[in-house]
Amino acid sequence: MSDVLLDPTSERAPAERARAARLAVLEGKTVGLLDIAKARGDIFLDQLEARLGERGARVRRYQKPTFTKPAPVDLRHEIAEECDAVVEALAD
Amino acid sequence: MRSEPRSVPSKPVLPAGVVAFVKRDCPTCELVAPVLAALGERVELTVYTQDDPSFPQGVTRVDDTDLAASWHHEIEAVPTLLRVESGREVERALGWHRGEWEALTGVEGLGEDLPELRPGCGSLSVDPAHAPGLAVRFSGSKLRARRVEVAALEDEQEAFFDRGWTDGLPIVPPTEARVLAMLEGTTRAPDEVVAVVPPDLAPCSVEKVAINAVMAGCKPEYLPVVLAAVEAACTDTFNMHGLLATTMSVGPVLIVNGPIRRRIGMNAGKNVFGQGNRANSTIGRALQLVIRNVGGGRPGEVDRATLGNPGKVGFCFAEDEEGSPFAPLSTEFGFAAGTDTVTLFPGEGPRTVVDQLARDPDLLVNTFAVALRTMLSPKMAMAFDVIVVVSPEHSRIFREAGWSRDDLRAKLHAATLMNGDDLVRGANGIAEGLPEGVRGKPLPKFRPDGIRIVHAGGGAGLFSAIIPGWANGAMGSAPICKEITR
Repeated sequence: MSDVLLDPTSERAPAERARAARLAVLEGKTVGLLDIAKARGDIFLDQLEARLGERGARVRRYQKPTFTKPAPVDLRHEIAEECDAVVEALAD
Repeated sequence: MRSEPRSVPSKPVLPAGVVAFVKRDCPTCELVAPVLAALGERVELTVYTQDDPSFPQGVTRVDDTDLAASWHHEIEAVPTLLRVESGREVERALGWHRGEWEALTGVEGLGEDLPELRPGCGSLSVDPAHAPGLAVRFSGSKLRARRVEVAALEDEQEAFFDRGWTDGLPIVPPTEARVLAMLEGTTRAPDEVVAVVPPDLAPCSVEKVAINAVMAGCKPEYLPVVLAAVEAACTDTFNMHGLLATTMSVGPVLIVNGPIRRRIGMNAGKNVFGQGNRANSTIGRALQLVIRNVGGGRPGEVDRATLGNPGKVGFCFAEDEEGSPFAPLSTEFGFAAGTDTVTLFPGEGPRTVVDQLARDPDLLVNTFAVALRTMLSPKMAMAFDVIVVVSPEHSRIFREAGWSRDDLRAKLHAATLMNGDDLVRGANGIAEGLPEGVRGKPLPKFRPDGIRIVHAGGGAGLFSAIIPGWANGAMGSAPICKEITR
């Protein structure tokens, strides 16, 4: 069951949250790879890390303490401060 | 996520003849069931049944368990008997009343074994458990606002914070049912444009005001005050855009006059600028949410305030007219005493003025004058207006001296007359100041109508307050008073 609420604005902007701007190039950018801590997610992320490295991106790896809960605020802040983009990987 | 307004079932047309609305869960309806059966033999009778489609026996029934006919035809009690001609109701009787039923149907001798009179029960269509949902279902289409669907696992408050639609405090989620209930507070149509709201100059409908009033925590009976405040704020005179864009601390200060103050339970007494009264706390907030959400006026964007003030969440209070020695503030703007009005003043936070010893009005004016002369800067003159809020213990001194509002204002102007020598740059060790040209000349601190006097506050405490204003006149903002109409 979802709630229907009414938009309080002049409706000049979309009600959906806008996506963050996408990176135009990977060269020289820092990309975070967030392992949600499900089994074998690291294998997928290892592949991504190699591919991103080939394209000149720096890669930083992160891991959630558990896949059952949202990433802790500190971790999210750490990623936001250190990275230009993030890939969150789910493997199962 | 969003969804379009749902299609709405149209108003069911009633058949000609006699129409009855009943529910089985009503002893009076059970009582009159045989009467209805007998009546059906004599006249064209249709019975709409709200709970049990098989009730009552022996009549032509229409299943109204979705309550569409009951809601649209504003059935408040069962049994209700209607006489319908050409699809239009021409007569109505509530409950069981033999005389009324006989007059309405033209049939004599109805229910002779029954008591003369038996009141009915509440219609399911007005039952609090059903009514809000029915209102949404049957009249929700009159709401034009975009629907925002908040998923079951999403927190409504967080959804609104995320979208930047709150002032930093939680809001009441504006559901269709709440907004429809809010709109009951006004006779104005939901799609009527109230004002063009700065800074985006977005047209704002009654419905958008109602949505933001729900979010602010208003009751429906506050809505007319909010509507008048929105209209007043979005005028050239008040210049909400400038008030928003200035680096100074001001925001709209709302002062309510007239009987509506008591009708909606506003506070004009103890802690009048403080917390604890729902109307005071939410009406000003609703205006600020309209500016934010409809107008797009957000801090850090067009709102460039250096410091702001806590009243920018919302600053609204009522004048204590009953205890005042002066005529209501609204009379200064040409309204008769007793008119419901809201006055908007471009003001910052209130500053207390203490004098516990003066019993002579001139001595009290001297204390007020010192506070007023230093308002914002002791070197400023004529550029900014002020509201002087006189509390009951101070106003008693003016009352006993027989002073009117104009008397007090004239004394305040005289006592705040400045000497140009003190105003020039560098004078009295203060770099700030006016050009040398004013040296040797007297200069009033305030323009002639730059002092507004309001009576408010608790009955104990020899304190008053001043609320400093902002750049006055055509270049800035002027106070504006607007009549509140339902």
